[in-house]
Amino acid sequence: MVLLTRKIEFSASHRYNNPALSAEENQRIFGKCNNPHGHGHNYTLEVTVAGEPDPVTGMVVDLADLKKILEQEVMRRMDHRHLNFEVPELAGQIPTCENVARVIWNLLEPKIPQGRLHRVRLYESPDLFADCYRNGAGRNGSAS
Amino acid sequence: MTAAQGGDLKIELGRRYRFAASHRLHSAQMSDAENARIYGKCNNACGHGHNYTVEIGISGDVDPATGMIANLVDLDSFVQREVIEPFDHRSLNDEVEVFRAEVPTTENLCIEIYRRMQAFPHAKLERVRVEETSNNSFEYAEEGVVSGSDGAL
Repeated sequence: MVLLTRKIEFSASHRYNNPALSAEENQRIFGKCNNPHGHGHNYTLEVTVAGEPDPVTGMVVDLADLKKILEQEVMRRMDHRHLNFEVPELAGQIPTCENVARVIWNLLEPKIPQGRLHRVRLYESPDLFADCYRNGAGRNGSAS
Repeated sequence: MTAAQGGDLKIELGRRYRFAASHRLHSAQMSDAENARIYGKCNNACGHGHNYTVEIGISGDVDPATGMIANLVDLDSFVQREVIEPFDHRSLNDEVEVFRAEVPTTENLCIEIYRRMQAFPHAKLERVRVEETSNNSFEYAEEGVVSGSDGAL
C-alpha cells in the first residue's frame, strides 16, 4: 500500500451564520467569523490516494488525471468564489473547514480513477485544518 | 441548517499551537557518563530550549447548527489553560510536576499533553503531535507513539 498526496491551493470567502439563530446567538457562537460582510482564506487542500503501484506504470494514480479532477471538481467550483453563495453543494450548511472538507470528499471520491481516496485534508490556515476519512480506514492506509 | 453528517465518513479537526520551553534530558536511573553518552548535548547540565509546535486532533459529529466538531473558542481556551500556560516559557524539568520523575523527552511530552487533552469535554481526542524542531516530530494516539525521530534531541 502506498499513499500518494497531491496539494492544491485556492482562495475563497465565507461567512458563518445560521439563519435559525438570532443575531446575538450567531455573534456569540461564531465571533468574528459572523462578520456580515464575510471574510476569506487561502485554503490548502491535500488529497491522498491509497493503492498499489500499477506494475506497468509504477503509479498509484496518474497525477495528470488527479490534477485534472482537482481542477474540475475543486478549483472551478471554489477558487475565488464565495462559499456561502456560489457552491451549491454547501447550500444550507455553514461553510466550516469540517463541512467544506466533507463536500470535497464527496465530490472527489467517485472520480478517483485508480486506487481509492484515503484522506482529504483541508487547511483553512496553517494552524487549522480538517481531515476527512472513510470510517475504519487507519491513518496509514490500513484498515483499523 | 441541513443535517450535515458524513454517514460513514469520519471528520477530524486539527489545530496547531506554539510554546517555548527549556528542558534537559537526564535520567536519574543512569550514571552521568551513561547520560552523556545517550543524550549527548541534550544532557548539557544547564539545559537548553525549543520552540515547540503542538498539533491537537479531535473528532466527533459535526453539529448541523454550527458546522463544527467543537467551537474553536472552547478548544483554544482549554489548550491555553492546560498546555500553553503551564509550559510556555517554563523549564519543563523544574516547573511541570510529571517531569520531576520522567525525562522530558518529546515522546514523554507528547504523552503528557495527550493525558491533559483527554479531559477536553466537547470532542474525542484523536491524537497529539509535537514538533520539537522543524526536523523532529512525535505523535501519540490511543495506540501509542505512532511516529517519532531517532535523531539526537
